[in-house]
Amino acid sequence: MACARTQAEAAPMSASLAVQHVSKSFRGLQALADVSFEIQPNTITALIGPNGAGKTTLFNIIAGAQTPDHGAIVLDGCRIDGLRPDQICRLGIARTFQIVKPFARLMVLDNVVIGALSCCTRVKDARERADAILGMVGLGSKRNLTSAMLTLPDRKLLELARALATRPKLLLLDEVLGGLRPTECDRLMALLRDITEREGISLVLIEHVMRAVMALARTVIVLHHGEVIAQDTPANIVREQAVLDCYLGEPFSV
Amino acid sequence: MKRRAILLVVGVFGLLLTLPLWASPYTVSLATLFLFFAYAGQAWNIMMGFAGLLSLGHALYLGVGAYTVAALYDHFSIGPWVGLWLALALCGLLAAAIAALAFHYRVAGVYFALLTIACAEFARIGFDHFNWVGGSGGLFLKVVEPGRMDLFNLRGPPAMFYYLILFLAGTALLLSALLLRSRAGYYWQAIRESEDAAAALGVNRFRWKMLAVIISGAMTALAGMFSAFYYSNLFPEQLFHISRSIEIILGPIIGGVGTLFGPIIGAALLTVLAEGATEFVAAVGWDVPGVKQLVYGIVLFAIVAFLPEGIWPALARKLKLRQ
Repeated sequence: MACARTQAEAAPMSASLAVQHVSKSFRGLQALADVSFEIQPNTITALIGPNGAGKTTLFNIIAGAQTPDHGAIVLDGCRIDGLRPDQICRLGIARTFQIVKPFARLMVLDNVVIGALSCCTRVKDARERADAILGMVGLGSKRNLTSAMLTLPDRKLLELARALATRPKLLLLDEVLGGLRPTECDRLMALLRDITEREGISLVLIEHVMRAVMALARTVIVLHHGEVIAQDTPANIVREQAVLDCYLGEPFSV
Repeated sequence: MKRRAILLVVGVFGLLLTLPLWASPYTVSLATLFLFFAYAGQAWNIMMGFAGLLSLGHALYLGVGAYTVAALYDHFSIGPWVGLWLALALCGLLAAAIAALAFHYRVAGVYFALLTIACAEFARIGFDHFNWVGGSGGLFLKVVEPGRMDLFNLRGPPAMFYYLILFLAGTALLLSALLLRSRAGYYWQAIRESEDAAAALGVNRFRWKMLAVIISGAMTALAGMFSAFYYSNLFPEQLFHISRSIEIILGPIIGGVGTLFGPIIGAALLTVLAEGATEFVAAVGWDVPGVKQLVYGIVLFAIVAFLPEGIWPALARKLKLRQ
């Protein structure tokens, strides 16, 4: 796949991200309160917590769709908070949307081409790259469908394919596994592990499918009422009393 | 594109190319009108059809383009082929200024459309009192003796104007096709479908929307230049009037917004129906003022009710030009 060298490629492939004392409120509602954590290069981190904990708001802030009231987002030593979403994408952070946003009237392939154009100079190269990525996520046979015709699980795969096409160093995935059949879920989990290990892309997953969280994540961060209440390995997190109280409920066996 | 689609385009183009040789002067004038709206519709389509930015004030660029070239010709004897560059620049700049204002203050959707109407109306009233170009009394270009053709000053027989607008409409089609297959086309459609998703994929929304607006505005300036020299008279009440803006967008809406051939098919259908109805009413001897507008209304109503995507997508499926 002949792709132009860009910033994303010239820099080391994997990224480290630091979220530093980030706060955000919406008209008095505190969505995030002094959230801090770090993402190591080449790892999978899971972000869990009850609905309304602030997980998606955190993604929006990292990806530049919203600006934090306080705090900083640092990617590989550079502050990126305050940059526009497209600038942050070109620095190597891609994201998917929990409420999927396909380019509905365009073909599946063209959806992914638009992502690939951020790292390919020529449209022809972008189309080749998009084709390869569609094959990778398992949408190859649906490349010529209008994306409005896809089922919800397929639309989530399309979100993933578009984001991957931008050649990210860090990928923010907002509930891509939810709603998939178990076999599909296993296939996608294998793909995500592959992406991290072989391509060196760091992943941050917002996920409610605990089976996937336990199997994939090296670190689990638990958000509750906009605060980080726990941050540990999956094995330890399921024994944490605060996490059991607010989110997991009963003891979870690995 | 499929082979038969290409054959169809070549066939129609060939027919249009030889039209003045075999058709009556009336047919040529009708075809000129059709191609004028096909051209202006394509210009509008780049902004609304490709990038999803609804302009209801394209008469602004039509008028400013027309007056710029005509005033330079009338006052300073600067030929239209020189003046058109100023018209292009002026309309591009004007479009950029309006759009920058709108995007900066996040005026979007319906409010963006209202802003474009307001700007066109503002220009209409302004030009009504702009006495250097004749004000509301109009600006008239010198007419040369019939039979003489002066391509350099765009003075000549109807056939010359026919070929000029055929060239413009053809070029606009080519340009639209190229743009749609380029990075700009992909990015515009992404912005049209979901601005948030486009931005998340690295699309600089401001920059690409500005490009669409500037190209669309500048292209419409040439429609203005054509109009000024074809009719040899310019009135603010005609050029800048909102009914002109509506006439420009009817073709693409009926033919298919965002498609390549929609604006052309739509313009053809509207011209034939509207002129046909006018002729018919005159021939029968009825007195129906505004029959043209009536036809526009009925066609628009039928399209919205039965073919909301426009004629072209349905026609292309029927003719098996696309999957």
